[in-house]
Amino acid sequence: MAIRSFLILFILFFFSSLNPILSLYEDQVGLVDWHQQYLGKVKQAVFHTHKTGRKRVVVSTEENVVASLDLRQGEIFWRHVLGSNDVIDGIDIALGKYVITLSSGGSILRAWNLPDGQMVWESSLRGPKHSKSLFLVRTNLKIEKDNIVIIFSNGRLNAVSCMDGEVLWEKDFEGESLKVQQVIQPPGSNLIYVVGFASSSLFEMYQINALNGELLKHESAAFSGGFLGEVSPVFSETVVALDSTGLILLTISFQNGKISFHQMPISNLVKDSFGPAKIIPSSVIGIFAIKMNAVTIVIRVKDESKLEVVEKTNHETSISDALSISEGQQAFALVQHASHEIHLRVKLAHNWDDNLLKESVKMDQHRGLVHKVYINNYIRTDKSYGFRALIVMEDHSLLLLQQGEIVWSREDGLASIIDVTTSELPVERDGVSVAKVEHNLFEWLKGHMLKLKGTLMLASPQDIAAIQSMRLKNSEKSKMTRDHNGFRKLLIVLTRAGKLFALHTGDGHIVWSHLLQSLQKSKVCQHPIGLNLYKWQVPHHHAMDENPSVLVIGKCGPSSDAPGALSFVDTYTGKELSSLSLVHSVAQVIPLPYTDSTEQCLHLLIDADKHAHLYPKTPEAISIFEREFSNIYWYSVEDDNGIIKGHALRGKCTGEVADEVCFDTRELWSIVFPSESEKIIATVTRKLNEVVHTQAKVIADQEVMYKYISRNLLFVATVALKGSVEIGSVTPEESWLVAYLIDTVTGRILHQVTHHGSQGPVHAVFSENWVVYHYFNLKAQRYEMSVIEIYDQSRADNKDVWKLVLGKHNLTSPISLYSRPDVITKSQSYFFTHSVKAIAVTSTTKGITSKQLLIGTIGDQVLALDKRFLDPRRTVNPTQAEKEEGIIPLTDPLPIIPQSYVTHALRVEGLRGIITVPAKLESTTLVFAHGVDLFFTQLAPSRTYDSLTDDFNYALLLITIVALLAAIFVTWTLSERKELQENWR
Amino acid sequence: MEKGKGIMGSGRRWAVHFSDNSTAPSSRDIPDPPGFARASVDQDDSTVSRQKKDAESNWKSQKAWEVAQAPFKNLLMMGFMMWMAGNTVHLFSIGITFSALWQPISALQGVGKVFEPYKDNKVDLLGPKLLFIALNLGGLALGVWKLNTLGLLPTHASDWVSSLPPAQEVEYSGGGIPL
Repeated sequence: MAIRSFLILFILFFFSSLNPILSLYEDQVGLVDWHQQYLGKVKQAVFHTHKTGRKRVVVSTEENVVASLDLRQGEIFWRHVLGSNDVIDGIDIALGKYVITLSSGGSILRAWNLPDGQMVWESSLRGPKHSKSLFLVRTNLKIEKDNIVIIFSNGRLNAVSCMDGEVLWEKDFEGESLKVQQVIQPPGSNLIYVVGFASSSLFEMYQINALNGELLKHESAAFSGGFLGEVSPVFSETVVALDSTGLILLTISFQNGKISFHQMPISNLVKDSFGPAKIIPSSVIGIFAIKMNAVTIVIRVKDESKLEVVEKTNHETSISDALSISEGQQAFALVQHASHEIHLRVKLAHNWDDNLLKESVKMDQHRGLVHKVYINNYIRTDKSYGFRALIVMEDHSLLLLQQGEIVWSREDGLASIIDVTTSELPVERDGVSVAKVEHNLFEWLKGHMLKLKGTLMLASPQDIAAIQSMRLKNSEKSKMTRDHNGFRKLLIVLTRAGKLFALHTGDGHIVWSHLLQSLQKSKVCQHPIGLNLYKWQVPHHHAMDENPSVLVIGKCGPSSDAPGALSFVDTYTGKELSSLSLVHSVAQVIPLPYTDSTEQCLHLLIDADKHAHLYPKTPEAISIFEREFSNIYWYSVEDDNGIIKGHALRGKCTGEVADEVCFDTRELWSIVFPSESEKIIATVTRKLNEVVHTQAKVIADQEVMYKYISRNLLFVATVALKGSVEIGSVTPEESWLVAYLIDTVTGRILHQVTHHGSQGPVHAVFSENWVVYHYFNLKAQRYEMSVIEIYDQSRADNKDVWKLVLGKHNLTSPISLYSRPDVITKSQSYFFTHSVKAIAVTSTTKGITSKQLLIGTIGDQVLALDKRFLDPRRTVNPTQAEKEEGIIPLTDPLPIIPQSYVTHALRVEGLRGIITVPAKLESTTLVFAHGVDLFFTQLAPSRTYDSLTDDFNYALLLITIVALLAAIFVTWTLSERKELQENWR
Repeated sequence: MEKGKGIMGSGRRWAVHFSDNSTAPSSRDIPDPPGFARASVDQDDSTVSRQKKDAESNWKSQKAWEVAQAPFKNLLMMGFMMWMAGNTVHLFSIGITFSALWQPISALQGVGKVFEPYKDNKVDLLGPKLLFIALNLGGLALGVWKLNTLGLLPTHASDWVSSLPPAQEVEYSGGGIPL
């Protein structure tokens, strides 16, 4: 009996150790993970509100998503992510049932079925030259029940049938320097006008028959002043343009094929001119707008020559496209921003003075300005027109306004996350009750009854559903305080719009959001870009009363010497503590491993002139920094020139930039890659906050290998110049990939390996003493993954047990990188089926738990792959001792086990990054994957060995304890009785 | 058995055993009933008791040697069990090894108690005791040897360095591709 139970135990143990898969049961989905779907900033929106069917709006976004949204709640009906190299140029609805999208620079036209989003047809359009693409869908152009779409792209005008995507006719515009500006189709006629500029001062007009593409007329006229920017059509045969100085408005009319110009200096219209103007394109008949600095001027064109200013405002103004509400009547919306409110006005195109609708809506300041507005009408019960407006805000959120209220809003800025960091939640204190307690005793009892029923397997399907929803809505997990296991944290994310969000890891709700002042357009900073997020203050020991804060780094404009901008944000409240506009640029940010007495982390900002600036600018920080001054180095990777340079600090800045916290640097070393044969395509270092538990690796037969663990190692991958193009365009002989391991303090190349016949893209991850990288093998025509492990050979002779027992060794004493390292590397390569979008590795608090690689696959899923599969010591036939150590027999391909997809059935569309954060519980790591969608989950790479799992049978334990206690009591009384009887015998 | 329990049992305060026929003086507190002569029994008491005592001490020393040799059988048993258990670390082998370690230790702790029943002025218990101790030490050695073959003894360098934290680096470097 004992042996049998031992055997069962042994088999269980054996199988659990053999099988590292962490699959999920169906009812565990959503317990610790959450998934959110977003779209990105809306570029274009088309409403579909026919009486039949559901009311919806189709949008295309800057994340190249085309989606159909429910107009009532803002939920997604369907969505397609077209990918980063398939930019959407335009969308429209044709035939009332197809969504037509034009993408990839006007070369791919697709039709999607409106109700369910299935693709109906796709056709590719080619043209003689690259040009901007214009897109027109005409519902009134009918050829035998078919509609045609007119597309101008790549220098060619195409007419495509909406039914099947067949190109009906095409017409090339091969004029040398012709830049087509507008394609105009007057309503109710079969004519198409193509207008454009040629050689900067020539206005060209083509009249084309829409039915067969025949060129009817071609006129051109010169205007000596030249043209600037875009044209705005005001009537079907009149457009408005600006001359090359931007000071004179030109009304160009081409009625009956005769081109005539009419000039009007802006200063005649507006008394105080504000410099060069810009036309805001609109499709409203008779009205256009120009913008001069911050002033928006709306101008009405009475007939072809008479211009009249109807509105001049300092407020940010957006104008919607025209919406034809009845025969010959066009409405449009104007949205103006005034501090806490936005004013929405809907007007008829020919009647400026009256408003069809005027509403004011209170608007959260953290949404910024209105960027775009789209309107749609409906017929109220009293037969009058009602309007709803879809507005896109500065923070990329999408809102639907109707009857003066926000019907729904979507935080679509979260689709474009730039950087992520985490913050702890406040500690739970007495009297600070954040989470709600269960409402009443009855509910509580009911819940526990249900649970009991569930454990005793008496629950009906409805009960099971109720239990499941109770588990999912557990209020514990969305509490706003720290928990014992460290599962509850704040994810601080910075979006491309310059907005900072704090997401709760429990259920993903937005705790706070803040549009950063430093990353908003201002006079000083015209094109602010958010760059990175760093932990600024992480109070834990003696500064517990302070709130943690993060540092947001941005810069003004894309150039390398644009001045930087810093913001400090409190992570508990979301308030911007302070913001700085820097005088210097920001080329590198180096978080230093030192903190001051208030737990503020020291950061070194390197500018484009290679000066180092220390933040915070306090005397204390400077004194800490000066103590470590000689040990701080920095390196720069110039991937355009193929040079890696190492620098050291020299002393205080001299010259005009003299400052207490500014330091000069000097170049120490440089590695120059031959520019004709090698190009840097990937660099990766270890994560700064990674914790390594031990420096020794015990291998079979009790041998020890010492890991070479250094924070200053850089992995660099270079490819042959020819191999840096797309896969398939080079032969294996012409392409190779070189991987380097470089010490960034001394510039020493510790290891170098060449993969012949391989090419990028390279995705790599560096952890502890190993690096794993993914590339394409041209010879095998397959993707490969390689691992390099690096070991310190100079420590290997520490074998005397007595010395180790007595601690007489120098294995833990600080080492200098200038001491000559003696390293050996072990490496191995494997085939891998997928191409990869991102690779990350799990990280835990103490670094004891074994590691898993998290691979973002091309299918936008995250795959967990045990690091043991990427162990360079794998052999085809491992010995018994090696098997005991856990070495898996070598196979050429890496296995992809379907159960080990972290994202289970979900997809993180447009996956860009995977972030892992250690929880307080050693076995568990938190994983956050972001792209267009967000996904969060907890992982336990070696299972939760330090806590009872969720499915632990507490009931059984309780029953066993009770039964044992009862048995003890019964046997005790029995034995008492027996003894008494025996004594009476 | 019943009697021994009666006297030594901790739970009871007193007991009267009517079947008691011992000659211990304690039982003679009660006067003999009239007509009962004990003298006839007492008469040849000295010779018989001397013989009896000799036989008893012989028996005792014999028994003591037997007891002292008992661990040897145990040792063989253990050896067989260990051989059965194999050299891999799992529940069974660990259980056997620890019982192999525990048995000699507990036996050594109770050396005095084991030989208590055979304590006599005439019996020399030193030899059996030494044998007993030696055999148990042998058992202990066997256990330790088994522990070592299982790899559970920290005799390798790897056992002492496996949790050494990585060495601190003096220099610090950061940077990368310009933002």
